[in-house]
Amino acid sequence: MKAFTYERATSPEQAAAAVAGRDGAKFIAGGTNLLDLMKLQIEAPTHLVDLQDLGLDKIDATRDGGLRIGALVTNTALASDDRVRAQYGVLTRAIVAGASGQLRNKATTAGNLLQRTRCPYFYDTNLPCNKRAPGSGCAAAEGFSRQLAVIGTSDQCIATYPGDMAIALRLLDATVETVMPDGTGRSIALADFHRLPGDQPWLDNTLAEGELIISVTLPKPIGGRHIYRKVRDRRSYAFALVSVAAVLHDDGTGRVAFGGVAHKPWRSEEAEALLPQGAGAVVERAFAGAAPTDDNKFKITLADRTLASVIAEARS
Amino acid sequence: MTPTGNDNATADNVTGSGSSAAGLAATLMPVGMEVNGMTVALSLDPRTTLLDAMREHLRLNGTKKGCDHGQCGACTVIVNGQRINSCLTLAVMHDGDAVTTIEGLGTVDDLHPMQAAFVKHDGYQCGYCTPGQICSAVSVLKEIAAGVPSHATADLTATPTVTRDEISERMSGNLCRCGAYSNIAEAMVEVAGAEA
Repeated sequence: MKAFTYERATSPEQAAAAVAGRDGAKFIAGGTNLLDLMKLQIEAPTHLVDLQDLGLDKIDATRDGGLRIGALVTNTALASDDRVRAQYGVLTRAIVAGASGQLRNKATTAGNLLQRTRCPYFYDTNLPCNKRAPGSGCAAAEGFSRQLAVIGTSDQCIATYPGDMAIALRLLDATVETVMPDGTGRSIALADFHRLPGDQPWLDNTLAEGELIISVTLPKPIGGRHIYRKVRDRRSYAFALVSVAAVLHDDGTGRVAFGGVAHKPWRSEEAEALLPQGAGAVVERAFAGAAPTDDNKFKITLADRTLASVIAEARS
Repeated sequence: MTPTGNDNATADNVTGSGSSAAGLAATLMPVGMEVNGMTVALSLDPRTTLLDAMREHLRLNGTKKGCDHGQCGACTVIVNGQRINSCLTLAVMHDGDAVTTIEGLGTVDDLHPMQAAFVKHDGYQCGYCTPGQICSAVSVLKEIAAGVPSHATADLTATPTVTRDEISERMSGNLCRCGAYSNIAEAMVEVAGAEA
């Protein structure tokens, strides 16, 4: 690990200003992904601003009947919250499908949104990667790409967003609230939070320098059957090949989002409108324009079968 | 153990990272914790993980370094009542926290019930993963009792129970290269007092 200095932030505004005002400064919350990357020198911050004292660890009801989740609420606390379990079951299901118990006890809501890709070429500092070393090339495009993205890719990057929680948050139309270094704030729809790689694959999301996530808000519950189905190479503690988050209603309508297939949670409102026609129609529309490799084209078939299984479960 | 830690350790021999490219001299930071019921005061390079603070500074070598990347669970300790990977957290992030390691759960003469159950059920072979397995196992039973859901929990609105599926799922962050998993599960079932 490269040397860095460390401070504990005293307010969200102070934290944002501390990071924005210093080259190489980063926020640290749970640290489970950042420290892993720092050990590999994929991340090498010169200064860490620890957010643990900011009181951002509460889940509050909103006036609109939703929930405001503090940025530092742990994965375990969020998944265990009675309101989330009862009314946003797909979120609990997605969270407990990811990582291990130890990691979920430390990982935070905001940090989980910011976790970086697990593309093996991003992790191997001996190989080119436009996300880790802009301009160096993409070793994944002609490499082992079985785990990687099938849609929304560019010729510079085929990495996936690796998480589960964000797939459910995208499905639930969550928004991300932030504080800027100048003290102003804004709200970002989760749909607009993660970006596609395009020609700037080193940018995972649309946050500005020093912009700090303070909460994630869920709109009021929408009812329906909540299902999160994750397909992976082992039964537990593995990243998704494909995951399906769904809320399905008795009349056959609903919402669906896919994980493990793109640089962001993949949801198409046009595609999910076809749910009454079955999985095939939804997947055909959602994955129109997909550009898989020979190694990962199976993911589209797998998405179709996984969604069909989810629909069957909802009807059972 | 030395309550004040090894204050003479340099950044390099603590973290094993070699001299930094920027040539920055590490500024040591004070860290106070309660470790296994004992108050400790350390002065640490901010790079020091909680794992290295336990092993290299407090000489609590029960906690093991396996992968050092949060993948194997050998470093599992209990902080403020919750199990975490001590390799993926900085000691400076735990100023004021209460840490329990395997040394704090029981002793040779006074085993924790989970330690005794691991012995009885042969829940290990080489033993390297065992301290992490036991810290995790103790925490898993508390998590189930507290109603924390898992991927194996069928009904999210019901209180989870101790079943083989729940144990396997919740222990998936602790790898055992010797493959003692079934005996570890037996030990946990016995401690839980459950028929599973």
